[in-house]
Amino acid sequence: MSTFSVGYRSVGSVQILDLQGELDAHTAAELETAIQKCQKDNNVHILVNGADLAYISSAGLGVFMAYIEEVRGQGGDIKIAALQPKVFNVFDLLGFPMLFDILDTEETAVSRFENTSAD
Amino acid sequence: MDTRSNILTIPGSTRFLEEVRAFIAGHALRAGLDEARVDRLKMAVDEACTNVIEHAYGGESEQRIEIAVIARPDRLMVRIRDTGKSFDQEAYNEPDLLQYAKRRKSGGLGVHIMRKLTDEVTYRSTRTYNECCLTTLLRRHHGGS
Repeated sequence: MSTFSVGYRSVGSVQILDLQGELDAHTAAELETAIQKCQKDNNVHILVNGADLAYISSAGLGVFMAYIEEVRGQGGDIKIAALQPKVFNVFDLLGFPMLFDILDTEETAVSRFENTSAD
Repeated sequence: MDTRSNILTIPGSTRFLEEVRAFIAGHALRAGLDEARVDRLKMAVDEACTNVIEHAYGGESEQRIEIAVIARPDRLMVRIRDTGKSFDQEAYNEPDLLQYAKRRKSGGLGVHIMRKLTDEVTYRSTRTYNECCLTTLLRRHHGGS
């Protein structure tokens, strides 16, 4: 009865993960698998698009925390974009803006990756 | 599955978390909470149930979790009971996000979230069950009609 899914797209060298539905302790493993797949494929410029993410619990947040340092160690990053206000509030509540690059739009996040790559 | 009007009983499995959230949302809306506070209570209860499954029951289990919604004139209480291992409150430390990421630690945020999202969190263990109670105060307008 999972209402969560991860869609894959890419824009240039940026791997976009489109999250849809509700991310909780039951569905968090799907996000974990998606991030592991990106790492395996050496696509470490990961942009999580949360436009269709309706809910996130600490189990979902925990996946981001578990992989952020590792992905950065591989020369990449996990950026998060287009969160719905009520979902952003949960990230904000736990201080995620201190740890993650959270952008308003996908376009801004993609250009942030491109600018970093050009440095 | 027991679904008496204000009680939902589920097996200790994350498969039922979505159902728990819908149950809480329905009661919280009927109690008059606004959408933002409904979302907060829903998430706090999700975290409490997830903790029961992962820690009290040590993973997916057929053991039950009973979720009861108790409405009072000034508050909405959600009582969560389980029959697993009790939670050691003394051993709990507030999480440090930066340290969590560095240590690649992904759990342990649930209690922190429950405390942030509700007005009161109480926990007690008896000889037969553990009970976590989450309370949201109903803030009514004063001085109006």
